[in-house]
Amino acid sequence: MKPAQKLTAFKTILSKEVMRFLRIWVQTLVPPAITMTLYFVIFGNLIGSQIGDLDGFKYIEYIIPGLIMMSVITNSYSNVVSTFFTAKMFGHIQEMLISPVPNHIILMGYIGGGMARGLIVGLIVTLVSLFFSSLTIEHPIITIAVVVLTSMLFSIAGLINAIYAKSFDDITIIPTFVLTPLTYLGGVFYSINMLSEFWQNVSMVNPVLYMVNGFRYGILGVSDISPVASFSLLAVFIVALYGFAYYLLKKGVGIRS
Amino acid sequence: MTHALKITNLKKTYDNGFQALKGIDLEVKKGDFFALLGANGAGKSTAIGIICSLVNKTDGDVNVFGYDLEADREAVQEHIGLVPQEFNFNIWEPVIEIILNQAGYYGIERPVARKRAEELLKHLNLWDKRDEQAQNLSGGMKRRLMIARALIHNPKLLILDEPTAGVDIEIRRSMWDFLSKLNQAGTTIILTTHYLEEAESMCNNIAILNKGEVVESTSMKELLSRLQVETFVLDLKEPLDIIPSDCELTIHQRDTSTIEVELDKTRSLNYLFETLSKHNIRVMSMRNKTNRLEELFIKLVEKSKEENTSIKSTSSEVTA
Repeated sequence: MKPAQKLTAFKTILSKEVMRFLRIWVQTLVPPAITMTLYFVIFGNLIGSQIGDLDGFKYIEYIIPGLIMMSVITNSYSNVVSTFFTAKMFGHIQEMLISPVPNHIILMGYIGGGMARGLIVGLIVTLVSLFFSSLTIEHPIITIAVVVLTSMLFSIAGLINAIYAKSFDDITIIPTFVLTPLTYLGGVFYSINMLSEFWQNVSMVNPVLYMVNGFRYGILGVSDISPVASFSLLAVFIVALYGFAYYLLKKGVGIRS
Repeated sequence: MTHALKITNLKKTYDNGFQALKGIDLEVKKGDFFALLGANGAGKSTAIGIICSLVNKTDGDVNVFGYDLEADREAVQEHIGLVPQEFNFNIWEPVIEIILNQAGYYGIERPVARKRAEELLKHLNLWDKRDEQAQNLSGGMKRRLMIARALIHNPKLLILDEPTAGVDIEIRRSMWDFLSKLNQAGTTIILTTHYLEEAESMCNNIAILNKGEVVESTSMKELLSRLQVETFVLDLKEPLDIIPSDCELTIHQRDTSTIEVELDKTRSLNYLFETLSKHNIRVMSMRNKTNRLEELFIKLVEKSKEENTSIKSTSSEVTA
């Protein structure tokens, strides 16, 4: 395929994916807004008012970056895992497999779709948070870079999950038993400085901690982790998982018999 | 290069050990209308899956219009359109989006794709349904949608895996007509079907697969010429109690008013009627007992089964 044809193929996959989640916006965009509103009301206002400042910020201000990031992670992941798995189950993935569209374009199209949903939901949650706290962004470029890279990383992870999944159970196991615990224990609601040294060290192996703190650094200017460490970890994981996803697609794992 | 498709020693063994293709050779000429027949599990869909990059081959070569599947996969894919056996589009998407997205995967710009989609959908009587979700279409419409989708990039080789399964006779005939015109316009077509009259009336050449092997690959004319005897079912004007013992024809009685007559292919129909008239048997109507190709198909598959059984029993004797 010529570069212009590849671009057309990429735009096709991306727009198809974006149209898909926009078409069912009640299922894809509204629930995170409602869930996060409840988090802001309960954890931020009601419980948060009983908790003192954290790193010089009110508790609700402290948790807002983490909650935005949590929505981005969950939605980027679940968008790709569900759409790719559905395409496998109903067979319409074959529309792409029989065509000359390169594997890189398929990957980028699906990842782009996941990122679009993750970032739109992130934006919605950010707008909702403005009803509960004023938000000033300390480092806009870092903020945008971290959120974009995080949504990219979890979109790739969702795709890998979908490639291996053989049933609908398989696409809920990882989000329920791996992603949710890692997110909740990734410093969304607390600073790891509040933990004992042992648990601080344990927390350091949780990749989500680096992303939440990188994003928090971008918005508030405070973080438990150095921003360099956050970016390094994101870069390494993105390259490694993209390479792995490409390998799986090329081999036809889960999609070609 | 005169072939549209050339398959050499193609083998496929699935992960569970099942050998779906045992080294098949096949050649389809440019512009041909080719029938690929076989019972369920014969290996037709596996072969098609490999040609269309949906199944990984175990061994062998596939060449499409001079392009090797391994070395030039993109070029091969650009030349092929597939109408699969199962509905495999996104049922929640509108008809027009399914077609336009497929065009996009081939790198066709939207304005060009829209024009082609309109032509195809109008040809296939689906234009009025363009904004309808695919799940709301009837079975026949869904089949035609898959044909339109397969043709959006103007493939030179169209592969149809049982395209008329579950389609009523009127739509089936309109699809035959559409495919014939497409073939006359230069598109090479490979057809698998369970309706053998479909293959007989439309295809020039034929290959029969059985248990992963090609048991026959020849022209339709040549294959049909091998039929030695044709059986006709005759409805009689007057009841017949006993078949005349001195009758030169082989007659089987179904009931008092219906008989089956076997006619050697060296004999004409006139001979049949003259002989029956001689014995005062008057005929109201007649039809073929089975489709001619069906008879041959069954014979070839059974012959292949017998050969396999004989090989197995020989080898077990040797082993014993």
